[in-house]
Amino acid sequence: MIELIIYGIVLGSIIALGAIGLSLVYGIIRFANFAHGEFMTAGAYLALFVVTVVFSWIGIPDNTFGSLSFGWRMVFAFPFSMAGVALLAILSDRILYRKLRAKDSGPVMFAMSSLGASFIIRMIILILWGSDYRFYRPGLMRPALELIWGIKIRPDQILILSVVLFVVILLHLFLQKTKMGKAMRATADNMELALVTGIDTERIILWTWGIGGALAAAGGILYGIDVQLHARMGWHFLIPLFAATILGSIGNIYGALIGGLTIGIAQQVSTAFLLPTYKLPVAFMIMIFILLIRPQGIFGKE
Amino acid sequence: MEIGGIFAYLVSFAIMAGIYAVFCLGLNIQWGYTGLFNIGIAGFFCIGAYASALITTPKPTGTYAHYVHQLFGLNLPFVLGMAGAAMICGIVAFLIGIPTLRLGEDYLAIATLGIAETFRLIFNNEHWLANGPRGLIGLPQPLHGLVDPKNYNSLYLIIVVIVMLVVYLAIERAIRSPWGRVLRGIREDEISAAMSGKDIFNFKMQSLVFGAMVMGVGGALYAHYTIAISPESFTPLYGTFIIWVMLMAGGSGNNKGAILGAYVVYFIWMIGTKFMTDLLPYTLKARAPYIRFLLIGILLEIILICRPQGMLGEEKRVSKLID
Repeated sequence: MIELIIYGIVLGSIIALGAIGLSLVYGIIRFANFAHGEFMTAGAYLALFVVTVVFSWIGIPDNTFGSLSFGWRMVFAFPFSMAGVALLAILSDRILYRKLRAKDSGPVMFAMSSLGASFIIRMIILILWGSDYRFYRPGLMRPALELIWGIKIRPDQILILSVVLFVVILLHLFLQKTKMGKAMRATADNMELALVTGIDTERIILWTWGIGGALAAAGGILYGIDVQLHARMGWHFLIPLFAATILGSIGNIYGALIGGLTIGIAQQVSTAFLLPTYKLPVAFMIMIFILLIRPQGIFGKE
Repeated sequence: MEIGGIFAYLVSFAIMAGIYAVFCLGLNIQWGYTGLFNIGIAGFFCIGAYASALITTPKPTGTYAHYVHQLFGLNLPFVLGMAGAAMICGIVAFLIGIPTLRLGEDYLAIATLGIAETFRLIFNNEHWLANGPRGLIGLPQPLHGLVDPKNYNSLYLIIVVIVMLVVYLAIERAIRSPWGRVLRGIREDEISAAMSGKDIFNFKMQSLVFGAMVMGVGGALYAHYTIAISPESFTPLYGTFIIWVMLMAGGSGNNKGAILGAYVVYFIWMIGTKFMTDLLPYTLKARAPYIRFLLIGILLEIILICRPQGMLGEEKRVSKLID
């Protein structure tokens, strides 16, 4: 059981990376971005492309670090893919959502447009890579380390947790210390007030997409390292992401972090009683439960 | 291709497009007239199809029962299958409406998406319910003995068209009543509608349930046309996304537009299949469906940006009393 909770924290921290971005977009640009899961998939596959195609062409050796399942290739591919998906997110805003903003469309039109974008991204990935499961490195799983009380954990998973912690601390510093971060928080808090104080909303929107995309890419790659890659992985993350976002109150990134961890732990612990394929309905049920008892989420105001 | 082949092809095209038109009409009640954002159509598709299948087939007996498991089999006629499908879809819609309809529009979208995925997983994993991933086969077809099996599709087309027309007329009548005007009032401005003393939640719930029941009928029509159903038939791509594109293309808020959109988009879809698969290089042939969906996705984005009202657009006046 303790083992399941630890695996849940690993899964939950990956969900949290996606949910933080989703929550930022939801809070600042004010619509449910159904393409957010696909940003995770895009990040994972972009890293796959860099690791397996670009770097083998350049000739960077495919050695691994000690007992981890990846090496220098992934170290370079990781930030590259984050930047790539940040660009993809900004591009989707330029091509689609900015045009809808200019026409003063309702929030549902944005959501529908993002649903279309999610299918477009998924189809491009399916055309390029097909629907097989992929891995960053062929070969066997690295042996798990044995901790106290017989708990097994893979070195990769410890690294995933540290990466997520690092990224979240960076994001925290960005939001608390920089001018842009403060402006973003202000906009998420009260859009009208932010406009009155002269905050440039188009720039905020650009940063929001960039950060959301980059975090989603990080989540996607980490899931790829932990489990595997599949073109539909992002789609399957969508309900857990929304559950985490709503649980932690829309627009609240610390809430999204806690929401993500809660959903991840609940999903993993549920495998002790239910089929593993029912992880998605578990997240869905938690979401419905929250909507019934406290629709504004745990950190929401009355 | 000989004439008979082309005719058979056209009939099967008209049947599938007609079934999709029923879904578009159901979605039009929810989205076109009330502004409810349901992106879990595949869920109602799936529930409707399975409900009708379980109602109309007999429970397997003898050795057959070792291979096919199903919760029940009532062996009732097609019409009751369709009614049951509509009823069960209505109940599911009601349950989904309770936690979401008082909240913002997006919540219903997320919840319907979740319910669609959940039901597909349940049908896939619970073998006792409806035979798991292998699904149910050999569903009875209505009036099967009446014509030569070779010409059966033409008869089924007539059934589909009749059902489509009945649904169309029912919705037209409802929408042109005071009830329909309240729905449109809610879509345009919820607060003013509430201030006029309308119970928003109740009206939204009625619209959601009515639309879902129509989708249940569509699911039943599909099940008895293909004879075999499995959870994989109800993916978000075939079950939800394409229906949205059809309604948006035809014109949401216009029932004729909903039917037109279904036929036009399905025509593009079929033509696309035929020609694109031929044109593609050999290595890409297996991925042709993805390219088709990519194009459909791009079509949706173009409609949303350039012509959100669709081909026909909404009729602004629906009452025959004002002109």
